[in-house]
Amino acid sequence: MPSEQPLLSLRAVFARQFYRHARSILASPSDVANPLLFFFMVITLFPLGLGPDPDRLAAMAPGILWVVALLASLMVSNRLFASDFEDGSLEQLALAPYPLALTALAEVMAHWLATGFILAGVSPLFGVMLGLPGDGLLVLAVSLLLGTMCLTLIGALGSALTVNIRRGGLLLSLLIIPLNVPVLIFGTSAVREAVIGGNPESWLALIGGLALGSLVVLPIAVAAALRVSLDS
Amino acid sequence: MWSFIHKMGSPPWFFRFSGALVRWLLPLNVGLLLAGAFWGLLVAPPDFRQGNSYRIIYIHVPAAVVALAGYYVMALAGAVSLIWRIKMADITMRAVAPVGAVLTGIALLTGAIWGKPTWGAWWVWDARITSMLILLFLYLGVVALFEAYENKTAAARACAVLTLVGTVNIPIIYKSVDWWYSLHQPASIKFTGESAIDSSMLYPLLLMILAFYCLFAVTVLLNMRTELVWTHRESGWLKQWVGDA
Repeated sequence: MPSEQPLLSLRAVFARQFYRHARSILASPSDVANPLLFFFMVITLFPLGLGPDPDRLAAMAPGILWVVALLASLMVSNRLFASDFEDGSLEQLALAPYPLALTALAEVMAHWLATGFILAGVSPLFGVMLGLPGDGLLVLAVSLLLGTMCLTLIGALGSALTVNIRRGGLLLSLLIIPLNVPVLIFGTSAVREAVIGGNPESWLALIGGLALGSLVVLPIAVAAALRVSLDS
Repeated sequence: MWSFIHKMGSPPWFFRFSGALVRWLLPLNVGLLLAGAFWGLLVAPPDFRQGNSYRIIYIHVPAAVVALAGYYVMALAGAVSLIWRIKMADITMRAVAPVGAVLTGIALLTGAIWGKPTWGAWWVWDARITSMLILLFLYLGVVALFEAYENKTAAARACAVLTLVGTVNIPIIYKSVDWWYSLHQPASIKFTGESAIDSSMLYPLLLMILAFYCLFAVTVLLNMRTELVWTHRESGWLKQWVGDA
């Protein structure tokens, strides 16, 4: 007779999965540092491509920062479930007596803390580099904080759908970019509104709404997609 | 009625029914398209401001309307496939995706052709055009996802998940693009201004929309029949049908 372990509470399952995934991400610091370096370098490409005129850069700064954050988020989404898929732990999670949606959400949250959260934190630095006025910097960070949560969740859906496909990274981007458009629009509008001295609260509230909605709805879709990938 | 829908889930029954349906729907469709095209392109009066170049709306608007509706057909088929695991719903979804993509492409292309003489530009980033472009990306994503999976059953389920998430997103995307456009809109002409349309132009437009819905139905049914012929090429009922026909 196999020994019966008592079922953990949902909170305990979430915490265990969260810490486990966070530890595995932090075990390879390059997984945290590389997306930030990508963000930094691609932002540098824009002045090189557009010319160093500070007024033009400042006008384009919200868009540039947000688009590059979106691209960075796409790049890291590729690896979200890949390592777990490869070593078989994803299959174990699917078979476990705990909701896959919950455990998947725990992984996505750990992933977000290592990528989007840090990106949002350092974004004012890059805003300054592009000449974004001071009023916009805090709103940039807040909009990216909420926005990257949406982007990570949507990216998790893409990752779950493409984890079992060869060269799935590009396909992931094709699937995910249309879904990311509202987040991009709201985020840049919030920053632009703050820069001109208006009130960005309504835009931030919209991103917040998207983030909360994604937190509730997307883990279910992610779990369904993971099961499809595991079955294929 | 429920037994009818239940029977539709069986490939041989659907094949027989769709064959009979297409047999009269196809000529009806051709008739509607010809009648609508003749009425719209030749009979309807020229526009006060745009002259004869407005006539492309008789292709542009129906294509756009059916492209939008087609996404919901795909989503419904996907939901049925996920919830009740009905194979025919998979095939429906697979059949609709490329048709919807092509219709969206036609809408965008004819829109550009219309835009050049009227607005002076081939492409304008206004709210409706941008939303249509994103709809095209959503359709192409479903087609790409389907091609990427080797196991076609899993492919259909993955596409169903993607389509459903996309469906929830479509109102959000449309509204966000709308707000994006109204923020950045130059204060001059409103490109997507609503103007009242005269009934002499409205009726041919409605006829063309009906014709395009018919075209959509015929194309999707033919796609589904082709898919069935391929997947069931070894089965007895199909061989018997080929022997009979």
